[in-house]
Amino acid sequence: MIRTAGLTKRFGQVLAVDNIDLDVRPGDVYGFLGANGSGKTTSVRMILGLVLATSGTVELLGEAMPRGGRRVLPKVGTLVEGAAAYAHLSARANLDLLDASGGSAGRRTRRRRIDEVLEQVGLAGTGKRPVKAFSLGMRQRLGLAAALLTEPQLLVLDEPTNGLDPQGIREIRELLLRLNAGGATVFLSSHLLTEVEQMCTRVGVLDRGRLVVQDELVNLQALTGRSIVHTTDPAAAVAVLDGRVERRDGDRLVVRADDPAALNALLVGQGVRVRELVAERRTLEEVVLERTEPGTDRVPS
Amino acid sequence: MIAVELRKLARRPRTWATLLLLDLLPTVVAVLLAVTHLGPRPGQGPAFLSAVQANGALFSVAALAIVLPLFLPVAVAVIAGDSIAGEAQGGTLRYLLTRPVARSRLLVAKLISVLVFVLIAVVVVAGTGFLVGKLLLGGQPESAATVVTNGSSVTSVSGSTLTAGQVAVRTMLAIGYVALSMIGVAAMALLLSTFTDSPLSASLGALAFLIGSSLLLTLNAARGIAPYLPTRYWLSFIDLFRDPILWRNVERGVLLQFVYVVVLLGAAWANFSTKDITS
Repeated sequence: MIRTAGLTKRFGQVLAVDNIDLDVRPGDVYGFLGANGSGKTTSVRMILGLVLATSGTVELLGEAMPRGGRRVLPKVGTLVEGAAAYAHLSARANLDLLDASGGSAGRRTRRRRIDEVLEQVGLAGTGKRPVKAFSLGMRQRLGLAAALLTEPQLLVLDEPTNGLDPQGIREIRELLLRLNAGGATVFLSSHLLTEVEQMCTRVGVLDRGRLVVQDELVNLQALTGRSIVHTTDPAAAVAVLDGRVERRDGDRLVVRADDPAALNALLVGQGVRVRELVAERRTLEEVVLERTEPGTDRVPS
Repeated sequence: MIAVELRKLARRPRTWATLLLLDLLPTVVAVLLAVTHLGPRPGQGPAFLSAVQANGALFSVAALAIVLPLFLPVAVAVIAGDSIAGEAQGGTLRYLLTRPVARSRLLVAKLISVLVFVLIAVVVVAGTGFLVGKLLLGGQPESAATVVTNGSSVTSVSGSTLTAGQVAVRTMLAIGYVALSMIGVAAMALLLSTFTDSPLSASLGALAFLIGSSLLLTLNAARGIAPYLPTRYWLSFIDLFRDPILWRNVERGVLLQFVYVVVLLGAAWANFSTKDITS
């Protein structure tokens, strides 16, 4: 769906995006992670043909960008760096103007499509209220509605849950997952690890313009070779495990063990009662922190 | 896309406020003239104002002469300067371009909507001028309007009379000429609008360009470049009311505006079509 090769952007002296090879496949919910200023938005803008690459290529739905934009962009819904709308017009008037501008799926279906997306994002009741009277969250919902207006195959969303409250975030997450189940590919850029961890199937991590990780989420959350054991009898467990316990906090033990099932059998066999036993996985946060350097918004002397 | 741009223009309260304000000044002038009967002496003050005392029908042209030097260019520069920069500042430009709307199409649609605004503004000013002139200043017999023209420095009267039909045709020509003169302003503001994300900067930049031009026209040392300055022939529509019509400056004015428009729009297109949209 999105494929870049050696994509690079230089703004004067600053190398904003450095030779990245993105690969977003059909059906993915792709999480594009990176600290503020790591080059996420510039990458997204290059993918959409807003910013022209210094070198490298972008292929969007099989067409080279920006030349093929006229053919493929109608099939792509976008939300880049915050929603925007004409403040003196209502949500419906905004969507109507936007749809009439270009890339429309047709004038006859416009009314129905606008009704549908306003319903989907939860703005159906805003009526004639002008956008300037909207809260940040409502504006963000309107931006999403605009992205969904053409029933796109691919959604390119930059920080889509920005400004939403926890309920709103959850609602949008469920909406995106539903669209994904319906066949749409979702490319989501975010600096929120938990958001990506909860939604995405594939993850790319950008650090100072370089793509340092690109893999399936399950591969990144690999087993660490340790198990976490909660037991009512920690002293006995430590005695049985003999040196394999790496850490002990009260009744919680971190144990080196390649096979959690064998560990469980051993403990139970020795009469140690196990309340909870789970194989430890690496969190996305650990992976990201390990592969990236401190954020670019820190400027030490 | 053109229809969309026109709808956007029509739905902005600012558009209507601008038109209203443009009409206000000539109306105030007409009211003052009607109340005091103190017109400027022929050859002084805004063009045609001495003539309208005699015949209100000419007030439509006088109204154009009143708004032309400053009011109309300000209005056009505000609307045209806002065209691309306003979308950039509001963040809507990125959503238009990823709809997608081709950049060249957006530029053309913006230009056309500005031109429509210019034409409506000029026609409305002339129409309002005609109405208030008729109502407040009244009219001599329509068939014999004595036309007084504002020459270079001294009063010059062509002396002959124009029929009502001739006045009407020449007023139409004047409307067209004034509208054309404003296209140069629009092109300049549009060009600046592609460079900056601030509509205010684009509008003020275009105005600075005009004020600079007007200033140079008053300078003897700049006489060599005067024929190439954009505001040089702006008031030449007055020549349309001489008898016979003095076409020379009108023709030069048309040609000069044409060159400015082509160059400025070419530059706007070259810049906008290759620009990184980071707004």
